[in-house]
Amino acid sequence: MFSAYTATRACGVKVIMVELKLKMKGQSVAPIEGEMLTPDNLAKKSFNEILNLETWRGNRLVKLSEVFTVEGESTSNPSDLHLIIEGDLRKVRHIGAHMSAGKITINGPVGTFVGFEMSGGTIVVNGDADAFLGMGMSGGMIEVNGNAGDAVGSGYWGTRCGMRGGLIVIKGNAGAELGCWMKDGTIKVGGNADVFAGVRMQGGTIFVAGNVGAKLGAAMTNGKIVVLGNVPSILPSFNIDEIRANTKVDGEKVQGPFYVFYGDITEGGNGKLFISVPKNAHLKYREAYLL
Amino acid sequence: MEYLLKNGYVVDPANKIDCERKDIAVKDGKIVESVDESKAKVIDVKDMLVMPGGVDLHSHIAGSKVNIGRLFRPEDHYKDYEVKKGVRRSGVGHSVPSIFTTGYRYATLGYTTVFEPATPPLKTVHTHDELNDIPILDKACFPLFGNNWFVMEYIRDGKLEECAAYIAWLMRSVKGYAIKVVDPGGVEAWKWGGTVQDFDQEVPRFGITPREIVRGLVKVNKMLGLPHPIHVHANQLGVPGNYKTTLRTLDAVKDLAAGDRPIIHLTHVQFNAYGGVDYLSLSSGADAVADYVNKNPHVTIDIGQVIFGDTTTMTADGPFEYKLFTLLRGKWANADVEVETGAGVVPITYSRSNYVHAVMWAIGLELALLIEDPWRVFITTDHPNGGPFTEYPRVFSWLMSKEARAKVLKKLPRLARARTNLKDIDREYTFYDLAISTRAATAKILGLSNKGHLGVGADADIAVYNINPKEVNPSKDYKTVRQAFAKAYLTMKDGEIVAKEGEIVSAPVGRTYWVNTKAPQDIEDAVIPEVKRLFEDYYTIRYENYYIPESYLACSAPIQPLEPAG
Repeated sequence: MFSAYTATRACGVKVIMVELKLKMKGQSVAPIEGEMLTPDNLAKKSFNEILNLETWRGNRLVKLSEVFTVEGESTSNPSDLHLIIEGDLRKVRHIGAHMSAGKITINGPVGTFVGFEMSGGTIVVNGDADAFLGMGMSGGMIEVNGNAGDAVGSGYWGTRCGMRGGLIVIKGNAGAELGCWMKDGTIKVGGNADVFAGVRMQGGTIFVAGNVGAKLGAAMTNGKIVVLGNVPSILPSFNIDEIRANTKVDGEKVQGPFYVFYGDITEGGNGKLFISVPKNAHLKYREAYLL
Repeated sequence: MEYLLKNGYVVDPANKIDCERKDIAVKDGKIVESVDESKAKVIDVKDMLVMPGGVDLHSHIAGSKVNIGRLFRPEDHYKDYEVKKGVRRSGVGHSVPSIFTTGYRYATLGYTTVFEPATPPLKTVHTHDELNDIPILDKACFPLFGNNWFVMEYIRDGKLEECAAYIAWLMRSVKGYAIKVVDPGGVEAWKWGGTVQDFDQEVPRFGITPREIVRGLVKVNKMLGLPHPIHVHANQLGVPGNYKTTLRTLDAVKDLAAGDRPIIHLTHVQFNAYGGVDYLSLSSGADAVADYVNKNPHVTIDIGQVIFGDTTTMTADGPFEYKLFTLLRGKWANADVEVETGAGVVPITYSRSNYVHAVMWAIGLELALLIEDPWRVFITTDHPNGGPFTEYPRVFSWLMSKEARAKVLKKLPRLARARTNLKDIDREYTFYDLAISTRAATAKILGLSNKGHLGVGADADIAVYNINPKEVNPSKDYKTVRQAFAKAYLTMKDGEIVAKEGEIVSAPVGRTYWVNTKAPQDIEDAVIPEVKRLFEDYYTIRYENYYIPESYLACSAPIQPLEPAG
């Protein structure tokens, strides 16, 4: 049952990660709480203890073994634990919530709140992730090899602070309100982003390689949004600042040229929008306002 | 069902019992002299503290503004939730918990009677909807009158009897309990873009001053014989230097007092006892207020203690909430209740490192400690304005232990320590003082003769705490005190065990008190047609739809006024 593979940590030391495999049994109609599925929580627990963990499916308390088949073993150190979760996880939410170390690989579509308020470790989603990915996260990394839903890297509804650190990489498209209330950290989207990307943003960086929807950066007060694709329109509360040849995202150079806008003026903000010049010919009229 | 609570240490100030080993017998929801031990269920509460069930006279637990707080603060819910367990229903919310959770949490603390202190008469249907659903607790609500057009016009024209008749009709119609006054005249002025910054400043369009409103309502209160004195939230709340306004409010009605019976209850005085001229020079005005209260028996107050942490402020004082919003720049909700009042809701996080918040924290405790008579100062947090009621045990431990206070004081900004007097106060509450301030005195001022004591004939509302008052030294073991009060060993409501060691055992429906007020028939007959006519002019609803029938209340408990009207 034991399987291990070597992973290279940032310092270059080779460590052996212990794998624990959970396979979802069939499909669920009712939502399932996956809050306990973190290396922090499962480490130090014996195999039997893990099987007997309780969770909510709909309004019923069920054992983890009723929802998942579990293979592999656990370890005492959360950083050495690699959790592999497979199956149709669209109804499972809060996977990796509050995690601080270790690694989770999710093979398949996954539900909402993945990496909720996580502070460290890595989550890789090989499939689509639903809304609220990385909500309120303060550290660590989430990688999605698929699309993500709405409000990636936002704060819990009602709070005035979104993602505070860490990195989210989405290979596909992201939904609406990407990085809502975001304060720090980086979000990279390989595809397109929907409307209201960077709404109420207060810091950090959003990079979108594709197109974005309308109302980009509405009410943002600080931070940086870089868009390589098309932007339908720029809000009138953003002023053009300059045209830049290139910029940096997370220390890496991104080739422009870019229109640089600042705003949102209605909030007295100083956020920056970097919008690709060649893909946005319709913004040429703004050049007249360059000082 | 009969119960016998054996071997507990009973603290029952209304009957002058201070930590005496005594058995309490309960039969049919009442406390009785004795029960047949072979038939009764005997509960051994050896060496535990037995008190009457807590009575809270100022806690915003129901009504439209509480619901606004719930609706616009999802972030208040997700960190504090409770899962269904036995009879206990699930619920969410920290500072504004959901309706059922409110009842359960109060019962867990050993409280059995809680009054909602501000309900706009027009929206009292909503308040009763929520009160009906709050399990376990006995409750009531105080309709707002301080900015009511009818009241202000009657008082201006000197028609006190007509005013009394109008209030009697309204109190009866909406099933209210006492007259609540919030920022008299100020809310109405602000609705038209003006302000009332002084106790003697005229309210625009009405030609009446806050002084006249308060005096008029004290007289009306007496005429109607309401069991509770007028419940006043004074002008200038939250403004530095407002302790002078507070003193003038109290002094304005001094000559109307007769005997030792208090005629004015000033609520959450912490927010109204600020010295200084602006927020930078904010200091404590608690000593001046406490000094006045000590000398004048016509006043009772509750403190409105601030607890550090996240909470939601909500008050009918719309202008104050707007001011707070301009300071905090967060969320703000405002409501205008036609000709009656207004309201506002703003979330706030009180932080230790904030100078203003630190001073506020100290002022609340100073008031409770400097006012010598615990029968006239009550412990509240003005839930949820100062902090959620679940933090009461913390307040108790601060009042009972200088060491506990010093521990918090040490972490406050140095300037805040210098500009308040808390560090020099040595007084510590005893269990007896605490029982007065949270039970006996509040029940007395509310006019509830069956509550707040454990004498024969009283309602069997009992709280048992797992702490030995003879052995524990609260000034040293304040942590034990806090833990004991946070989770009552046993809470009994109307002779039924409702909570045991933090678990809800049963959740009966609590009563809703209201006062069946009556003014002389001839005056009422003259006033009602006029009110009907003005309803057509002013209100969005019909006079006929305003009345809340008694059948609307889940468990109606009408109370007769103290003395004949007139």
